[in-house]
Amino acid sequence: MKKLCILFMSLLLLSFFMFGCGGDSSNIKIGLIAELTGDIPAVGASCKNAAEMAVKEINDLGGIQFGDKKYKVDLIIEDNAGKGEQSASSAQKLITQKKVVAIVGPNASRYALPAAEIAESSKVVLITPWSTTPKTTLDSKTGLPKKYVFRSCFIDPFQGRVVARFTLENLKLKKAAVLYDVASEYNKGIAEIFKEAYEKNGGKIVAFETYTTNDKDFSSQLTKIKKAKPEVIFLPNYYSEVPLQIQQAKRLGISVPFIGSDSWGSEELLKLCGKDCDDYYFSTHYAADAATPATKKFIESYKAKYGTVPDDVAALTYDSFGLLFQSLKTAGKNDREAVRDALAKIPQYDGVTGSMQFKEGSGDPIKSAVILKIKDGKFSWFANAKP
Amino acid sequence: MIYILQQALNALQLGSIYALIALGYTMVYGILTMINFAHGDLFMVGAFFCFLIAVYLKLSFVPTLLLSMLGVASLGVIIERFAYKPLRNAPRVSAIITALGVGLFLENFTLALSPYPQHIPTLINSTTWNLGGVSVSSLQIIIIVLSLALMFILDFIVQRTKVGMAMRAISWDKTIVPLMGVPVNKIISLTFAIGTGLGGAAGVMYGLAYPVIDPYMGIMVGWKAFISAVVGGIGNIRGAMIGGFILGSVEIMVAAFLPSTYRDVVSFALLLILLIFRPYGILGKPHPQKV
Repeated sequence: MKKLCILFMSLLLLSFFMFGCGGDSSNIKIGLIAELTGDIPAVGASCKNAAEMAVKEINDLGGIQFGDKKYKVDLIIEDNAGKGEQSASSAQKLITQKKVVAIVGPNASRYALPAAEIAESSKVVLITPWSTTPKTTLDSKTGLPKKYVFRSCFIDPFQGRVVARFTLENLKLKKAAVLYDVASEYNKGIAEIFKEAYEKNGGKIVAFETYTTNDKDFSSQLTKIKKAKPEVIFLPNYYSEVPLQIQQAKRLGISVPFIGSDSWGSEELLKLCGKDCDDYYFSTHYAADAATPATKKFIESYKAKYGTVPDDVAALTYDSFGLLFQSLKTAGKNDREAVRDALAKIPQYDGVTGSMQFKEGSGDPIKSAVILKIKDGKFSWFANAKP
Repeated sequence: MIYILQQALNALQLGSIYALIALGYTMVYGILTMINFAHGDLFMVGAFFCFLIAVYLKLSFVPTLLLSMLGVASLGVIIERFAYKPLRNAPRVSAIITALGVGLFLENFTLALSPYPQHIPTLINSTTWNLGGVSVSSLQIIIIVLSLALMFILDFIVQRTKVGMAMRAISWDKTIVPLMGVPVNKIISLTFAIGTGLGGAAGVMYGLAYPVIDPYMGIMVGWKAFISAVVGGIGNIRGAMIGGFILGSVEIMVAAFLPSTYRDVVSFALLLILLIFRPYGILGKPHPQKV
C-alpha cells in the first residue's frame, strides 16, 4: 500500500512537471534521469529521493547565489524505464525542450552510456552518480576523456583491483570463480578487470562463466563452477539477480564464500536474500555505519524523510547535486559552459561518500572505496581501500 | 559422469517447467488454432498470485498452489470470454494482436501495482542431499514429480474422459461437432481453464525455484515455452511435453560443455535445424488444406 502510495505520488509529481513546467523562468533548472521503472527500480527510487532532498535543502536556504541575488533550483525528473534508448531520448528532451543547465543520472552504466553521448554532443554537463564503467566518461571514437561527462563514483578498474586485492590479501583465497552478466556493460567490465588483477597478484581463476540479463536459471553454469572447485565466487551482478545465484548455488551444494561489487549495495538485496547472504563481502562507495558528521547528518535527514537508510545510489546522487551546486556557485551564472569549467577543476569537495577531487582532463573523481560485510541482515563496515 | 548426472537433473527441472507452460500454448492452439501470446504473462500472474497468497494469507505450499492455479484459470476463462470469443470468427491476425495486447496489459498492470522485484517466501524447506556427488534438493524433486503428475493427469483427461474426447473432436472439426450435441463454448472455456491453470502451476513452481519475481519474467520464459510447443508439434499435447524437456536439456547441456555465452545461439540453431527436417514438429502431423 505504501509503495502504491509512493507510486501515485510520483505519478502526480511527474504530471505536474509535464503540464505545469511554468514556475519562475529565472530559476535554475536541473534535470534528473532515473530508473524509476524497469529492472532496477530500487536504484531509481533512491536516486529520486536523494535528488529531491538535495534540491529542497538548497531551496530552503533560498537557492544559489549569483552576485547579490539568490535563484531557486527546479528539479525536472525523467524516467528512463530501464531502457538505453529511453535514456538517450530523456537526455535529449531535458536539453532541448526543458533547457536544463545540467543533468544528473542515469545510474546504471548501460543507461548512462547512451545519455552521456547525447550530453557530450549537446555540450551539457552530465553527472552520473553510479556508473562505474570507464567508458562512460571516455569518447567512444578517440578514447580520450569526454569534456562534459562527469561522475561522483570511482571506476571499475579501481573497484575490480580493490576486490581482487581484498580477496587475496585479507581473505587469503587463491582460487576464484566468476559468474557475470555478459550482456551488461558494468558486470562485464568489472569481471574482466577482476580477472586481470587477480591473476597478476598470484591468484588463479578456475571458472569464468557468463549469462544474459533476465536469466533466472544459473544451474548449468553453477554446476560447472562447482566442478572447478573454487575457494571463492565473485558475483559482480545486480541486487535482483545475486540472491537467485547464491540460493541456487547453495542448493547445488556449493558452500564457498561469495564476494560482490557495489551493485550489491541496495537494501533490496537484504530483503530478497534473507539469511542466505550473511557473512559475504562486497566493495562499495560508502558505509552508513562508519560515517563522518556530515554523512551522519545526511543519513539522519534521509531516514527521517523516507524511513530507510540511504543506500550508495542515494548518497552518490546527493553528492552529484552537491558538486553541481558548488560549481554553479563558482561559475556565478546560470550558464552551461561556465558550470562545466567550474566542475572540471573542483580542488576538493567533501561529500557524504568521502572527499573527492577533479582534475582538468578527466571526469572521474579521485576518491576511496570501502569493503562492507553482510551481517545479521545488515551492511556493516569492514575495511577501507585507498585510491 | 557425476557432472553429467547433475546437469541432467538441472535439465529435468528446467524442462518440466517449460513443458508445463508449453501445454497451455498447445491446448489453445489445438482447439482454436490460435496462439495465445498472453500465456507467458499468465504464467507471470501465477507467480504473483503465489507471492500474494503466501505473503498475505500465509498459507502453506499445497493450498497456495491450488489457489494460484484456480486464480490463473479463472483469469484465463475471463480473458477468453471477453477478449478472444468476440474474435473467434475474425481473421486470425486480429486474435493474435489481441493476445499480444492482453499480455502487455497483464505486464503493465502488474508493473503499475509495484515495479519492484518481489521475493517469494520459502514455502518448502529445501534440504539438499548428496547422492554420490550429485546434489539433489527436495525442491527439485517436488518440481519434477509434481510437473510430471500434472502432465499425466492432463493426458488422462484428454485421452480417457468424455470431456477430453469433446476437446479432441473440436480440434478435429469445429463446425460439425456442435451438431453432435457437444457444448463447444463450455469445452473451449474448460480448455482455457486447464491450459492457463497449468501455466499458473508452472508460475508457482518457477517462483519457488527462482524466488525473485518481476512483471517481465513471463516474456522470455513464455517465448521458450512457445518454441517448445512448436518443436514438439503445436497442437499435440504429448509433443509439448517432449518439446519442453528437449529445450530444457539443450539449454543446460550447451551451457555445460560450451562457453555459456553460446547457450541461446546454439540451442536456437539446433531447434531451427530440427524444424527444417520436421517442419510440423516432432509429433505434429501436417494438415493438408482442402480446397
